[in-house]
Amino acid sequence: MKILNSWLNDFGAFGNDSEKLAAAMTSLGLAVESVSIVGTPVKGVVVAKVLRTERHPDAAKVHRVYVDAGDGKELHVWCGAFNMKPGDLIPLATLGTTMPDGRVITPRGILGIDSHGMLCSGTELGITADADGILILPKDLKLGSEVFAALGIESDCVFDLDVTRNRPDCNGYLGVARDLGAHLGVKVVAPTGDKSKKGSSKSIKVSIADKQRCARYNLTVMSGVVVGDSPDWIARRLANCGMRPINNVVDASNLVMLELNQPTHAFDAEKVNNGFKIRCARQGETLVTLDGQTRELESTDLLICDGKDTAIGLAGVMGGASTEISSNTTTVALETAWFEASGVAKTAGRLNLRSEASMRFERGVDPHGIDHAVSRFASLLRESCPNLVVHAGAADSKEKTLPAKQKIVALRLAQVNRILGTKLSTKAVSAMLAKIGFATKSVANPKSPTIKIAVPSWRPDCTSEIDLVEEVARHFGYEQLGKIVPQSTMHGRLSPVQQRRRDMREVVLSLGLSEAMPNPFLAPGDLEKAGLGEELAIRLANPLVFEESVLRTSLRPGLLKAISYNMSHRATNILLFELGHVYPIGSPTSADGLPDEYESICLVAAGATSELAIDWWSQLSAVMNFGAQLDQGSVQPGYHPTRSATLRRGKQVLGCVGEIDPGVLAKNGITTSVACLELNLSVLLSESSRVPTAKAVSRFPRSDFDLAFSVPNSQSAATLHKALRQAGGLELVDLELFDVYRGAGLADNTRGLTFRLCLQAVDRTLTDSEVTTIRQRCLDAAAKLGAHLRN
Amino acid sequence: MSEQNSVGSMSQAIKVAQDAALAAIASASDLVTLRALSAELNKKDSPLNSFKSDMGKLPSVEDKRAIGQLLNAAATQIAAALEARTSDFAGAEIAARIAREALDLTELLAQRRRGHSHIVTQATQRLEDVFIGLGFQIAEGPEVETDFHNFEALNMPKSHPARSEFDTMFLEYGEPGSVLLRTHTSPVQIRVMKSWKPPIYAIMPGRVFRRDTPDATHMPVFHQIEGLVIDRGITFAHLAGTIEAFTKAFFGNEFTSRLRPSFFPFTEPSAEFDIRRADGEWIELGGCGMVHPNVLISGGIDPEEFSGFAFGFGIDRMAKERHKVEDIREMYTNDLRFLRQF
Repeated sequence: MKILNSWLNDFGAFGNDSEKLAAAMTSLGLAVESVSIVGTPVKGVVVAKVLRTERHPDAAKVHRVYVDAGDGKELHVWCGAFNMKPGDLIPLATLGTTMPDGRVITPRGILGIDSHGMLCSGTELGITADADGILILPKDLKLGSEVFAALGIESDCVFDLDVTRNRPDCNGYLGVARDLGAHLGVKVVAPTGDKSKKGSSKSIKVSIADKQRCARYNLTVMSGVVVGDSPDWIARRLANCGMRPINNVVDASNLVMLELNQPTHAFDAEKVNNGFKIRCARQGETLVTLDGQTRELESTDLLICDGKDTAIGLAGVMGGASTEISSNTTTVALETAWFEASGVAKTAGRLNLRSEASMRFERGVDPHGIDHAVSRFASLLRESCPNLVVHAGAADSKEKTLPAKQKIVALRLAQVNRILGTKLSTKAVSAMLAKIGFATKSVANPKSPTIKIAVPSWRPDCTSEIDLVEEVARHFGYEQLGKIVPQSTMHGRLSPVQQRRRDMREVVLSLGLSEAMPNPFLAPGDLEKAGLGEELAIRLANPLVFEESVLRTSLRPGLLKAISYNMSHRATNILLFELGHVYPIGSPTSADGLPDEYESICLVAAGATSELAIDWWSQLSAVMNFGAQLDQGSVQPGYHPTRSATLRRGKQVLGCVGEIDPGVLAKNGITTSVACLELNLSVLLSESSRVPTAKAVSRFPRSDFDLAFSVPNSQSAATLHKALRQAGGLELVDLELFDVYRGAGLADNTRGLTFRLCLQAVDRTLTDSEVTTIRQRCLDAAAKLGAHLRN
Repeated sequence: MSEQNSVGSMSQAIKVAQDAALAAIASASDLVTLRALSAELNKKDSPLNSFKSDMGKLPSVEDKRAIGQLLNAAATQIAAALEARTSDFAGAEIAARIAREALDLTELLAQRRRGHSHIVTQATQRLEDVFIGLGFQIAEGPEVETDFHNFEALNMPKSHPARSEFDTMFLEYGEPGSVLLRTHTSPVQIRVMKSWKPPIYAIMPGRVFRRDTPDATHMPVFHQIEGLVIDRGITFAHLAGTIEAFTKAFFGNEFTSRLRPSFFPFTEPSAEFDIRRADGEWIELGGCGMVHPNVLISGGIDPEEFSGFAFGFGIDRMAKERHKVEDIREMYTNDLRFLRQF
């Protein structure tokens, strides 16, 4: 909503201190998006008359205009606009004039022919928002006079307000003025309506079929209309508020809407068949709206129909083309109505037809401001139509469904002070609310007072006690409410899961991986490309684009894309991880009907093998105390079948470690191997971290020896490790696989695994025979797995 | 051989042997030769040691004592010479080793090995730490939400016009329109109210989704942080005080904050909060307000007993402005050249 300073002053003596006004609006919650100055006089721009125009054979885009600037001399100007004809008065910026954009007018012409100045458009002068051609001035101006002075234009200030949804009244000047008046102590007066006597009775009968959707419909006939341009001041006000002036009837309607937040619609009374009917559309009905578009209607759309039951308007949204005002119109039927908000919203939303009118009806207009709006329209139109007759006998049905003029809301003083932290009295609260037209009806229970407030009909947003508390806060001033830091009674800290998440991030970062944040939306087929099925994927019902219409069920596809992106930019050392949510379909749906969303981490490195992945797992599992078995018997889809393992605990899958399937790499255009580790953090992080208990450190000597086994390929190192660990018993304090050998000297399908064992007792020096016994136990255990000492 | 002569000649011979030994020590060229020499000199039949047996043949005690003293003096002198020479060689060897081991450490300077945390994560953690210091805990919730938690419980029933401002992305899951990607972190408020009991001092950072076409300042997937305080006697002044304390702790003591009236369906009175830089410029940061009684009721909290406030703002913008990132889309390309800068 654009508020012109000069126009605002029609409602009260607000003055011209734009900074003060902007600050006041901001503190009331009328957010000022911008403050701009319009109509600043440009000195040196004079009224000139077009004498003749002439094309130049070598200049296609410009022509030569000869003008008289009042001294009878013929001046020559090059001009790129062609909208003037001989006899028109136009603004001429004379040589030396400084334009609002800083340009200085010089004689520099084209084709070696000088120019004696520049003809100006309305925008170039900052007079109008309309840039089409040179500004054509009214005929009665004196040649040679300064244009701004001749037009009576003075510099003005435009406040562009972002009106919040809870302040429908501030979509009109009157609402803004009321709030500002209360805040600044300025008396506010609504603009005057038409005072002339009503003409003879001329009425159009109106029947309302849907009284919920249309609770009031006033149709006033006005004759003596001469359609033409609006007076300059009306056109200028509209232009400065961002609305294009059209003709005096439409402009008066728009001006009333801006002033009073009441949309009106003028039908050409001669084009409508008598007997209006307001009803919902029938399935399949259509209407050509003012913008020339044919609209397919639905039964939820409210229509204005004429006596032949033909639709002539979409109630509260847009009028029909067939009854539009034309230059021949002499009698108008002015509709001023109250349509129910959600119905208008539904139609406007479905047709994506958001007009100035629908926006206002959607948010709420004053059901009791209609009479004033009709009268104000007449007074504005009378300026250009002196013979205007407002006929008596207007149709004006007020249905029972119409919201009351006042609504009583109870406000407990204690509640005001409890929420705002104030010590306001009943009197202070009443006075504050009275200033914005909220009258105190009564005060009950003086010990703990409840104030009955009559909320006026222009504030449909105020329906409950807390709404009134907010009004008090706004007018008391948010800045006056103070600042107190509450003493939290809680211990501020990370939860164990959050602490473990941060610890784990540290480990991953120290392993050299950088954090990526790929899009959680995938293209259909992305999961397939990563070797994953789509059966667990959820689709978006209304994606922005088709390529982002599937919710990820794994972090892998996003990271594979990131690898391929970075490889295409020839990055080296590509190590990435992501920690984020994945959203597979629920199994079966959870209590609140949501998918099985969980937190996951995925680590990837291009050009690395499963060796790196298993090193990541070794480090992470050791630091974080993540426990899981490596199961190479079942490999997760998308992973290298012989170089990966599922991380599991029994049936529960906790993740996967290894390399990406070469087939998947090929589909993603990745030419190197990719190491990958993926973990379900919703499980792993929620496990409490172990607090280790101190064990005694032995003071006795240790015995170290190596066992070099030849082990069948079918037997995993982990199995052998576990067997040795069990056979070694308590005295085996350290066991490490320190060499793996493949090559000559070993039987087929075997490899050499060398373990280093360290034996030590806490309470004694182990004897040679004890060491020998333990060693033999280890060898026996290994033998059971087919592992034998190498020669 | 007279007694006198034999003592004299023996003394003479000892002197010769001693001089020879000292000369040999002095001329030894390295530690190996010196060790061999030392072994040679310590042998029982070395020239000097052989005098010990000869000494026994001397008749008089005085002669024996005189030769004994000579022999001891010679042995001491030779031992001292050996030790001095040995330590010379050891020193030289260490010096040689030091020279040999010379290393240019600048050849070994390595690239940073530690990876880089995403700037959104860095900003989130900084924010979390500030609020932890103010006595807040951190709550989390799902990103896929029910319509109830995202809208209805937040005082936006199905027909509420404000819903249209959220550009919601719905999922093909469950009843049409019932499951969506959360448009703000506010649904976590409801979850916290239901599962924790007041007093609540919580922040809720997380990923949110809006159906916005990406541009330099908008992404359809971005991050917000939400704060919620519910306790007895919480007033609007506590809201303003918390925003001010946060502003100073996070941005610096030279910053101040202000609240100005605004509208959100889930708070009332509602406000936008701005922060003011030292140069006087105001920057819009986020929205806040006193928790609407209807929202408290949705969360199972009696609005007559408890009151509270909530606030929220975008994290991505914090990161964007801190690091002067021109285009927010840059933050989500996952380009290592971008990620490695921070």
